[in-house]
Amino acid sequence: MAITSQQKQYLKTIKMYTIKEIIKGYNDKTLSSTDVFEHYLSQIEKLEPKLNSLITIREESAIMKSVNTDDKPIPVIHKDIFSTKGIETTAASNILKGYIAPYDATSVAKLKAKGFVTMAKSNLDAFAHGATGEHSDFGMTKNPYNLLHTPGGSSSGSAVAVAAGLSPLTTATDTGGSIRLPASYTNTVGIKPTYGRVSRFGIIAMTSSTDSIGHITKTVWDNAYILNITAGFDVNDATTARVDVPDYTQFVGKDINGLRVGIPDEYIKNLSPEIEQAFEESIKILEKKGVKIIRGIAMPHTKYGIKAYYIITPSEVSSNLARFDGIRFGHDRSHFGDEAKRRIMIGTFCLSSGYYDAYYLKAQKVRTLIIKDFKDAFTQVDALLAPVSPSLPPKLGKFANDPIKEYMMDVLTVPTNLAGVPALSIPAGFSKSGLPIGVQFISDHFNEGLLYQLGNALEQETQYYKIEPKLD
Amino acid sequence: MRIKTKEFKILRYTYIMKIDIDHIANLAKLPLTQEQKDEFAPQLEKIVEFIEQLGELDTDNVEPTFQVTGKVNELREDKVVSFLTQEDVLSNAKSTDGDYITTEAVFKNH
Repeated sequence: MAITSQQKQYLKTIKMYTIKEIIKGYNDKTLSSTDVFEHYLSQIEKLEPKLNSLITIREESAIMKSVNTDDKPIPVIHKDIFSTKGIETTAASNILKGYIAPYDATSVAKLKAKGFVTMAKSNLDAFAHGATGEHSDFGMTKNPYNLLHTPGGSSSGSAVAVAAGLSPLTTATDTGGSIRLPASYTNTVGIKPTYGRVSRFGIIAMTSSTDSIGHITKTVWDNAYILNITAGFDVNDATTARVDVPDYTQFVGKDINGLRVGIPDEYIKNLSPEIEQAFEESIKILEKKGVKIIRGIAMPHTKYGIKAYYIITPSEVSSNLARFDGIRFGHDRSHFGDEAKRRIMIGTFCLSSGYYDAYYLKAQKVRTLIIKDFKDAFTQVDALLAPVSPSLPPKLGKFANDPIKEYMMDVLTVPTNLAGVPALSIPAGFSKSGLPIGVQFISDHFNEGLLYQLGNALEQETQYYKIEPKLD
Repeated sequence: MRIKTKEFKILRYTYIMKIDIDHIANLAKLPLTQEQKDEFAPQLEKIVEFIEQLGELDTDNVEPTFQVTGKVNELREDKVVSFLTQEDVLSNAKSTDGDYITTEAVFKNH
């Protein structure tokens, strides 16, 4: 059935689609694949120069070739830390400039098999080292809700691409908050799945014991739909779980009446007033829907999380980045950026003879205590609700010479990474100045369904995803 | 924790540093200019001060956690499988010679 000119007129006023809308459009035959891809390619052309959210954009002819071989193709942009066969993959670092990945990451291959066509690779803090998007060797990414502010990191480009309507889906990674922080700063939905839920194969490694592979979308349903595709055991990643993958979309729309949601004490200290307000509003909405809110959940080791994380992460980074020898691939090690060099050195120090016990081993013991905090909490409640960041998205350049201040941006997100538990960042409002605020639901291992169930309830009530950035 | 220190001279002043930057940069095979070493030194010191606050926590009777979901021994059959061709594997090397990747000589004078 051909699209009427009247329908075409209506299509032009829609600035952004959700994945659900695209699928419906294909099924109803109100959308053609050309409509969808031409729309996104023109959005990229128009808006990307203001944002710097992408490193590589595929040639239109190459994209349309893939589009035309599929029944119902849907666009995707991959964080440039995902290996994409035949496409430059840089991890936003000069050391991998010109590196063409010879294979697809498992996540990339799984999405490809379901008709997702790669349009571009998104910008990030180089090697995922950062919380603001300012540590890319290819320029910093801007927040579409206010171009003078950071979009958060390290998945800066991924979050911005969805927020600005350059793609309905982007992939991303969360090792210490790198999906949830930028999602909360850009009014998008970001999932950090359970460690081992999604394969890390083909994704340039940062912290092998906490790297979690996720994605960013506009809505909760879209997010659940994608996890159905990427989750599951992978023979190429021995840390992936042999746990069944449920249909996560079945949880979206389920009633939340009677669920117990805990508020952890240590996560609500020192919040900026507007964050606190948005957080309390989220609590009120859940209570209205019959959720039992339990305040005062003690997680006494939370404050040690950030310090344990900044021992474990640099240590594992120093090992993972040892492969960049400039011989088999990439350029020589002088091409690392400052943050990578700092982390490699801290890590080498922590693991070196005479220091291993005092630093790395100690941090792994603290990790046990942090996991116990979560396990204890989940005997009292079904899920936890917490802010994602204690403050609003900072201005670009704010933490330029202060690595520790930037590390502290992760204080509310790293404990979940250390414990390997899943968390979902959901839009929770805006500051008076129009900057997005997010909240996160946290659940026990492999309980992502519950996160989607709770997240959707909040989303349906607030509909914040409909508030688009003013970029035209 | 007993922290070894090293004397670090900038101009006429001697600083006691927790990190021996020369040693660490060598272990990590990170080529650093003197300028970079001078720039990183105070930043790294601050970071080490930050992370060693973990020392105040008593972990004497705590087992370390290296792997959060408790998986052990994921093995597969000892069967040869194809993955990448030689061409693929060599495709990003700076310098090749037939089937080999070439690199600088490790042994000199031989």
